[in-house]
Amino acid sequence: MSTLTRYSAIPYTGPAPTNREPFVPVDAPKMDARGADLAGRLRVEQERGQDLPTLVVEKERIVEVLGALKHDLRFTLPLDLWAVDYPKREKRFDVMYQLYSLDNNERVRLKVPVDEDEAVESSTTVYKGFDWFEREVYDMYGVRFDGHPNLRRILTHEAFQGHALRKDYDPAQRWLCTEKDVAQLIPKVDPRFENLDTDFERVTLNLGPSHPATHGTMRIVVTLDGEKIIGADQEIGYLHRCFEKSCETHTYQQAIPFTDRLNYMSAIINNVGYCMAVEKLLALEVPTRAHYVRLVLSEFMRIADHLVCIGTNLVDMGALTNFWYLFQPREEIYGLIEACCGARLLPSYTRIGGLAVDVPPDFLEKAQRLVNMLPKYIDDVEKLVDRNKIFLDRVIGVAPISPEDAIDFGFTGPCLRACGVPFDVRKATPYLGYETYDWDVPIAEGGDTHARYLVRMEEMRQSLRILQQAIHRGLPPGPVMVDNPYVALPPKEKVYNEMESLIYHFKLIMHGIQPPVGETYFPVEGGNGELGFYIVSDGTKNPYRVRCRPPCFAIYQAYGRMITGQTIPDAIAALGSLNIIAGELDR
Amino acid sequence: MATQRFDNPDSIIARKAGVAPGEQAEKGLITLPGEADREIEDLAGGTYLTSKLDTLVGWARGNSLWPLPFGTACCAIEFMSMVSSHYDISRFGAEVVRFSPRQADLMIVAGTVVDKMAPVMKKIYDQMPEPKYVIAMGACAASGGFYRMYHVVQGIDEVIPVDIWVPGCPPTPEGLMYGILKLKEKIERGEIRR
Repeated sequence: MSTLTRYSAIPYTGPAPTNREPFVPVDAPKMDARGADLAGRLRVEQERGQDLPTLVVEKERIVEVLGALKHDLRFTLPLDLWAVDYPKREKRFDVMYQLYSLDNNERVRLKVPVDEDEAVESSTTVYKGFDWFEREVYDMYGVRFDGHPNLRRILTHEAFQGHALRKDYDPAQRWLCTEKDVAQLIPKVDPRFENLDTDFERVTLNLGPSHPATHGTMRIVVTLDGEKIIGADQEIGYLHRCFEKSCETHTYQQAIPFTDRLNYMSAIINNVGYCMAVEKLLALEVPTRAHYVRLVLSEFMRIADHLVCIGTNLVDMGALTNFWYLFQPREEIYGLIEACCGARLLPSYTRIGGLAVDVPPDFLEKAQRLVNMLPKYIDDVEKLVDRNKIFLDRVIGVAPISPEDAIDFGFTGPCLRACGVPFDVRKATPYLGYETYDWDVPIAEGGDTHARYLVRMEEMRQSLRILQQAIHRGLPPGPVMVDNPYVALPPKEKVYNEMESLIYHFKLIMHGIQPPVGETYFPVEGGNGELGFYIVSDGTKNPYRVRCRPPCFAIYQAYGRMITGQTIPDAIAALGSLNIIAGELDR
Repeated sequence: MATQRFDNPDSIIARKAGVAPGEQAEKGLITLPGEADREIEDLAGGTYLTSKLDTLVGWARGNSLWPLPFGTACCAIEFMSMVSSHYDISRFGAEVVRFSPRQADLMIVAGTVVDKMAPVMKKIYDQMPEPKYVIAMGACAASGGFYRMYHVVQGIDEVIPVDIWVPGCPPTPEGLMYGILKLKEKIERGEIRR
């Protein structure tokens, strides 16, 4: 590198390079004020200049503080628990908690500095939903949680050595997993059924990880008493593709294809979430045309996601016709995306700062055709299914979850709305201009499989409403990419003809996008809940840490509890209705 | 070329040398496309079939593949697209999707296989009866794709043998169909990997 700089004597008079000052979010003063208020009440330290009220809590006090936040300040929804490794600090790890208050529509972030050989008190006593999240932090960082009921590896296999997300772990170091390393699970019998007096012998049955009804790679082990499930346990990690570590070894722009493969049913929503998180860190103003296209395609992707979910769920219950009916419009949606960027399932269409390419000239006509066509398919399926006795018997009252439990487990998205809780990120913290459209958040009562089906069907109609309004407004004119040479590649004709553009091109390819030092969190409403990206930048071209808040992860950990007391066919119907996507579950 | 293969000393039917079946051969001599050594002869008013048993069995096997979708990730969704109404793999006789390895003869590994999943895949492959074929669908199954990471198998041929690799991330349904047709050709040619 030093020899290169000796010859690069090109005078450099362009606009200032990406701001080297630390990142300060726009709403930092407001968040600081709220943070100071919370810190004063809870008698803890506060970290200023963050995009959320951020409290720094000692590890001894975390359970007490979480208890106070949950019961006194109504932060009832445990959104996320993760960690960041700073090897050079005195206390190496920051264990982070994010909570959400449904009553006040606000978030809070907690940081607990922990050293390598220290343990944090487990918060599972306060929030049930932090169970798996703590296991993940243990797996990835080796931070122990005292009092956790089942602290063992969750994403990696039993023969894995070391903790993969630590900064000193070699990203390509694999460990051989053989058949004897496959975890032997024996589910604990639910106390309700411990003294069940039947003539049946108790049987332990294994489903998955390769099973037609799991739609992916999940493993469920159930203990049966006759037909009744009296205990269930889940094992995940069969598709742990190291998303978070991959992001750390790639540049910001290169990480976009990895986000596609999280929830591969609604890939564009993931792209949008990640890109908007980085754009927030860069304080970029993205052109309205790009925003518009992102919104339209996100809504189409949400419909495609729900089509697949309902279609496969109905197949599991034996209703194959619906699968054909629902997959046909999905192909048409992919046709639109293919027309935009050439890819079908995993388009990687968005870029940091806008879109990869402009949409085709007949984009709106194509979109309108889809919007006209989709209701018929939805209605057809509704006609086939809604008053079908077999279907109703198999879904009504199956695998219910109460709103309190759902919130405590960290449910978001359609599964939470099926419990009657109207939480939608598009309404709570609107992005892409969702607040300017007229649409409703569908909710259902009961929290059972039928309620989840109803919510998804209605959500597709609401998405169509948003899309129809968007099409009426028309495609805003202008570019689809920001005019900032530190983020967007200059056009090719300029690169070939102007020295300055050539340099910008070279700089961007070689050094990548370099956001200012700081951290940020950006949530979007994914296909099945709040999909958030938490990004730490250290000012270099690679993200220091990318954390994806996976909606499936929180939902799936409640699955064992939901199916206990039900039968195996009910468990299958319930699993399909939760729409667990393994790519996002295991990342 | 076809004319050279045609003079088959094993054939019980005498006929003109150097003429490709189906072109200017004797009356009633039909050759199915792509197969020079498979003939249907019209003898004594009835229809005879003279061929090698291997060819006949290969023809039958190639046209009735029963796939086991070992779907783990995104590629499995494209596999679902391929079997559903728009692309419709049943046109090529491979629509009988079996989830039990004991009933399948083609394993389509669709998606990333991670270290935790590798023993499972091996076990399922071992449970399939012979003859069995494997298609590695997509970049991840072929080589680990862009996941060169601590938990991802760098190509399923680390664990099980592979017949056809289908490139793409994910491959389009057409791409996977082409892979199945290529496998069909391979089976009909009689190439069986043991």
